[in-house]
Amino acid sequence: MQEVMRDKLVAKAKELLTGGVVTRVLGWKRGEFCYDLTPGIFKSADELDKEFDFGDFAAPNLSKYLIDETRKEDGKVAVFMKPCDTYSFNQLLTEHRIDREKVYVIGVPCEGMIDNKKLSAAADGIKNVAVDYENVVVETLWDGNVTVPRESVLAERCLNCKSKKHVALDELVGYEDEITECNRFDEVARLEAMTPEERFEFWQGELSRCIRCNACRDVCPACTCEKCVFDNPSSGVESKAPSDSFEEKMFHIIRAFHVTGRCTDCGECSRVCPQNIPLHLLNRKFIKDINELWGEYQAGAEVGSRAPLVNYTFDDMEPSEAVERGDKNA
Amino acid sequence: MQDVTNFKPLIVAFCCNWCSYAGADLAGSNRLAYPADVKIIRVPCSCRVNPMFILRAFQRGADGVIICGCHPGDCHYTSGNYYARRRMSLLFSMLDYLGIERDRTRVEWVSAAEGAKFAATMNDFVEKVTALGPNKRLEDLRCKK
Repeated sequence: MQEVMRDKLVAKAKELLTGGVVTRVLGWKRGEFCYDLTPGIFKSADELDKEFDFGDFAAPNLSKYLIDETRKEDGKVAVFMKPCDTYSFNQLLTEHRIDREKVYVIGVPCEGMIDNKKLSAAADGIKNVAVDYENVVVETLWDGNVTVPRESVLAERCLNCKSKKHVALDELVGYEDEITECNRFDEVARLEAMTPEERFEFWQGELSRCIRCNACRDVCPACTCEKCVFDNPSSGVESKAPSDSFEEKMFHIIRAFHVTGRCTDCGECSRVCPQNIPLHLLNRKFIKDINELWGEYQAGAEVGSRAPLVNYTFDDMEPSEAVERGDKNA
Repeated sequence: MQDVTNFKPLIVAFCCNWCSYAGADLAGSNRLAYPADVKIIRVPCSCRVNPMFILRAFQRGADGVIICGCHPGDCHYTSGNYYARRRMSLLFSMLDYLGIERDRTRVEWVSAAEGAKFAATMNDFVEKVTALGPNKRLEDLRCKK
């Protein structure tokens, strides 16, 4: 259930297009099914009417698409952003990847998005979906209507929503909200409390499912290198057939490490993973460590903040102490 | 089958050109013994060590990786080791999170004048890694010769 409806966003987009403020609109359009909204560019009111959609499946974070879109042609792009997307947008501005002058950010409040993988697991043959605050009613092809509690199919990142406040904004459609309290590090802490053997078992089980499709890299708003190490055949971690060996772990450590301090914890990596690997737990481990070792840091909270890995103090903790620090907590 | 009783670990040591590499040299000049299992790779600064170097060393069969740099405050490039310190804190913590034995990795600050410390550090590290046995969790079987 989203507070702001599709029609309101379409009206806003049309207003900007006809007013000449922007030349195109970046938003979500209907995919093949009702539950796979995909990013789309709209250049006319007609296109908006036909294809634009917004709702409980508008999960894609649109900020990364702005890099290419702002470079294509002159004129402004209007973009719809949920609160967590604005963090990624700020981070990209910090890294000078997007020309702020060419973007018109329209903030959209978010009540939490539904994870279509969770929904597909709960109901087979989804035809149509109706959502209210309590329940999700799924009209299926062969089982009639199936009702599931909304909380049980909400995306993981929305259950642990870190902020409902837009940190970058030109205009807001709907209401303004606040940064929320969340327990997003609980799962990381649970893993940390395990024995090394248990942790190894856990990650071996998760990461050996990786098929190296690189979707986590492609979708990540922080992964914006023009040339990627994973495309380099001599890197030792270029796309290879799954080997159930160290290579997948190496890939995932490096992937998470490359966005350390820049990852806003938007959760896109886990969302797109076709194998349901909880990749956000790797990123969150780094964020948790950064917070504990060098002070609280939220990437993208403000433009121009200095990331922890390109900074230092004279009395930082030694690596050996940093690793053993976990034992004292346990 | 690998002979565990006669297990000799393969240790990769990344040594900063300006301090630890000279420290290793001094250890040699002073006839201080340290195990020949330590393979030294010279790097211009401890900060040059990309986390992937460490992972690749493990992937290709290293049993332990140690990074030696200048003492904090003594970096030839003023601040390289401070960055390295932060990076390695995160990487080692991540390896620990994935269930890798934490004694397989280490950062040690060794100056050019500390030949004795270099030898002692290597002796201690090799001893620890030998006790852990062969690296099973990190190696890539396809890289085995």
